[in-house]
Amino acid sequence: MKRPFDFIIEKLVFLSGIASIIFVILIFIFLIKEGLSLFSQVSVQSFLFGVNWYPISDPPQFGIVPLLLGSFFVTFGAIVIAVPMGLAAAIYISEFAPRWFANVLKTGIELLAAIPSIVLGFIGIVTLAPFLKTVFRLPSGLTALAGSIMLAFMAMPTIVSIIEDAIVSTPKSYKEGSLALGATRWQTVYRVIIPAASSGILAAIMLGIGRVIGETMAVLMITGNAAVIPTSFLQPVRTLTATIAAEMGEAVAGSGHYYALFAIGIVLFIISFIINLLADMFLHRNGQGKKKR
Amino acid sequence: MDARQKEKIASLILHLITIIIVTPVVLIFVLVLVRGLPALTPEFLFAMPRDGMRAGGIFPAIVGTIYLTLGTALFSIPLGILAAIYLNEYAQRNWLTRVVELAIINLAGVPSIVYGLFGLGLFVTFLQFGASILAGSLTLAIMTLPVIITATREALSVVPRSFREVSFSLGASRWQTVRHVVLPNAIPGIITGAILGLSRAAGETAPILFTVAAFYLPRLPRSVYDQAMTLPYHIYVLSTQVPNVSVKVQYGTVLVLVGMVFIMNILASWLRARLRKRKTW
Repeated sequence: MKRPFDFIIEKLVFLSGIASIIFVILIFIFLIKEGLSLFSQVSVQSFLFGVNWYPISDPPQFGIVPLLLGSFFVTFGAIVIAVPMGLAAAIYISEFAPRWFANVLKTGIELLAAIPSIVLGFIGIVTLAPFLKTVFRLPSGLTALAGSIMLAFMAMPTIVSIIEDAIVSTPKSYKEGSLALGATRWQTVYRVIIPAASSGILAAIMLGIGRVIGETMAVLMITGNAAVIPTSFLQPVRTLTATIAAEMGEAVAGSGHYYALFAIGIVLFIISFIINLLADMFLHRNGQGKKKR
Repeated sequence: MDARQKEKIASLILHLITIIIVTPVVLIFVLVLVRGLPALTPEFLFAMPRDGMRAGGIFPAIVGTIYLTLGTALFSIPLGILAAIYLNEYAQRNWLTRVVELAIINLAGVPSIVYGLFGLGLFVTFLQFGASILAGSLTLAIMTLPVIITATREALSVVPRSFREVSFSLGASRWQTVRHVVLPNAIPGIITGAILGLSRAAGETAPILFTVAAFYLPRLPRSVYDQAMTLPYHIYVLSTQVPNVSVKVQYGTVLVLVGMVFIMNILASWLRARLRKRKTW
């Protein structure tokens, strides 16, 4: 007894429902379509393991090792800073802070998430870079360290909110049991709550890495943009994302350089795909734990 | 040291770390406000840029950002709402639904610059829209889709099951139930999510670099096939590409973008608060 209008609209609803799948596939197809053309000019090995990124020299060299290392340096630094601090903040907000103060802190962290990355990049150039320059007596403050600090800050909202969710969703009985046995709140946090929330913490780390490795504009502006193999955090570096953003404007459509930037896009897409699957796996494991309650 | 003292010290350290995270947020706002406010003259807001963007106004960038945000809304909101209706009201718990959910998670995680490449490959080059408002809006719309789907789904899922059951028992079809019972009750939540998603899109730079952004275009866009200046890209240009731009112009532009994003965020929070108060179920 379906009316024809219902039939059409329900088909439309279904199509919109699966549109996300179509878009993921389309993104992959268009990256592959342009990116794979590179490998008629250079080999996959010389792309993935080449140590020189000289896209406009003659002959050009498209080795992404310096860029991979740049991304790795900046991401590693950011995660080392952001995870312990984010964990601390999440614990403080959910277990120690008075209610009103917790709300103030949460609003502050939400505000941070709303600031566009280009604005943080600008703020980084005018405040963080000069600060690091003076402190470490560098020729320029635009370094891997500046990028790491900035990205740690930008990953904070993701990390804090996911860990906080994980802490809040640990069964109340665990906490009450521990307190009833005479443990202090701090003992309860690190002996009971953190182990119980470990899946959520892992998911937060994965999503934090995803957020950091994909960040483009702030990194482009404050890491100094030198596509060389980094040996120290006080050197300028160039990440995968920043390379695409900085060079696509000058790359001639259809040139090796143009294809190479799309090939970097494939690398980024695959990295983010794996990270998100892992994060989802951890979150899912957490969800199953909840059902057992 | 006994356990009580340890707890006091731990609590203090956690407190300090949290303050270290939140204080810079406040400082950033104060800095942008104090340095940016003196720049906000009517000329700055409503005039074309002059002297290689070192003077004059940022009107075309403001208009460009508004056009792009509206374009993004036009594509992403209907599609996002329908997709959420599918997931929450129609879909069975099966492999297809799981794949859709994974696809949404992945869309949310794709780096913004990769959206830029995708927009360049599909909309600008393959569909031959050129670098244009149309190509930029479509790229931003796909990027915003996961936010809108997730928010809408949440808004739909808090409408009580009994509402639907009553509607079905009165002989309404599934679509009639969605259209007349579920959607009206979920609308405020959907609008809140949509505004938050769009405020993200308005501040994005990487996806629009190759799909729409014009370095310097001292006129308003004439059609959807036109390039446009935008606030985020203008900030990038002013802080890295043009030498000797006055601090006032830089902070002024930053303040306008931050202001726009925040007005949208405050609107969304206000709607959410109002919705919570009104909800009787």
